[in-house]
Amino acid sequence: MTQTLPENLLLKPNRPVGIIGYGAYVPRYRLPAIEVARVWHGGARGGLPIKEKAVAGLDEDVITMSIEAARNALARAGIHAHALRAVWVGSESHPYAVKPSGTLVAEAIGAGPDIQAGDWEFACKAGTEALVAAMGLVGSGMGRYALAIGMDTAQGRPGDALEYTAASGGAAYILGPAEEGLAQIEFSYSYVSDTPDFWRRAHARYPEHGQRFTGEPAYFKHITEAGSRLMRAAGTTAADYAYAVFHQPNTKFPQRAALLLGFSEEQIAPGLLSPVIGNTYAGAAMIGLSATLDVAKPGDRILVVSFGSGAGSDAFQILVGEAIEERRNKAMRTQDYIARRTEIDYATYARLRGKITLK
Amino acid sequence: MEVPRHWRLKQQRYALVGEVCPHCEGKIFPPRDVCPHCGGEAKTPYTFSGKGTVYSYTIMHDAPAGYDENVPYTVALVKLEEGPMVTAQLTDLDEQGVQIGMPVEMVTRRIRQDGDERGLLVYGYKFRPMIAGAR
Ligand SMILES: [Zn+2]
Repeated sequence: MTQTLPENLLLKPNRPVGIIGYGAYVPRYRLPAIEVARVWHGGARGGLPIKEKAVAGLDEDVITMSIEAARNALARAGIHAHALRAVWVGSESHPYAVKPSGTLVAEAIGAGPDIQAGDWEFACKAGTEALVAAMGLVGSGMGRYALAIGMDTAQGRPGDALEYTAASGGAAYILGPAEEGLAQIEFSYSYVSDTPDFWRRAHARYPEHGQRFTGEPAYFKHITEAGSRLMRAAGTTAADYAYAVFHQPNTKFPQRAALLLGFSEEQIAPGLLSPVIGNTYAGAAMIGLSATLDVAKPGDRILVVSFGSGAGSDAFQILVGEAIEERRNKAMRTQDYIARRTEIDYATYARLRGKITLK
Repeated sequence: MEVPRHWRLKQQRYALVGEVCPHCEGKIFPPRDVCPHCGGEAKTPYTFSGKGTVYSYTIMHDAPAGYDENVPYTVALVKLEEGPMVTAQLTDLDEQGVQIGMPVEMVTRRIRQDGDERGLLVYGYKFRPMIAGAR
């Protein structure tokens, strides 16, 4: 039996939806990958997956980082937070197991009580899942503006391969009517399957991963299916996009995903941040897009494909509008945060990330 | 719009929301409903820009309960650009440390946890050195 695509494969809102404002956040501390290798292996054995990763400070978590990214998004949007009808935070490191991050973020940015404020979870695509939901809320006309955030303070077990890359950071997006947007999200498409590549049980501190499941059947399968099916349904090829952003657990995976989908190194360059900030999990595709919007020109099309273990990918086609030129200067750019950098050693990292317990 | 007082108090802690005096335009923080400049009634909420300068500071090596995981940390008197002075922790300090007159900006951070790791997390304003960048 041949599998056929559904007739309306693309998720396309009734009312065109735009990005009204966006904002990034990266904490200031950096842990070089060579430092992790020094502690656990006495130095680098072969290649390192990234150069360094961003690490949150002692007083930072997904809530505080989301607040700053959201404030940047509001500054670019030029709307009052009271106009928001949703404040959605996607993460796999919400500070509380039970107590929403969204309500506190909403109050801190000055949103009113008339909002949806649930938290989203789907490993590294929790942020883009919230973005698709925000497209639905705005595109149906139920609400004028919705805020979707992807943010993480990712943790790897000490000594595990993930410890080199598990990082902190992310971005926030305010969606609204396309005519008010600095870019239009033309449509999205999601591809998911039950895949046991990475998980964390309810009371476990660190995640587990099924070694042989992380590459081909998980990351590459879902990213390439989501990307190629969107492009086939839209009638586009890689040449139609000025830029592309792929989920970035390390440096090589997004480079290879780009190659498989026909994109060049230049097309992914502005959004490829994992070498210098690491894998920000639910924040990764979202902050790759914010760095790309920081340099895009009106008329540019951007393809974004996230990936979350478990597993699935959300793909978006975005058309950059005229308002980008003026609005991107109203808040800190992604590279401004990346330039703010204090290198730390493994001992400081262990203290900042709560790996040393006093009681 | 009349904002309930309890909500304004959380706003005060999360986002530096104070008051502006309708009689003399004086900016008030923390909110106290009476203008310290002219004595008139002042209940209009006002969100401060969050920008200011360090007026003086001290480094805490012995912290009260709930703050001990952060020692040593710096507490400063910050003069807001709108006038009022607030006491707050400084955060994200680099190797250069703190200087009197240093420009700082408000960020919302974790202040402490109530009791042990089972307790509530308390969030509020701190100040960090101004970051260079577009704004
Ligand atoms: Zn007065």
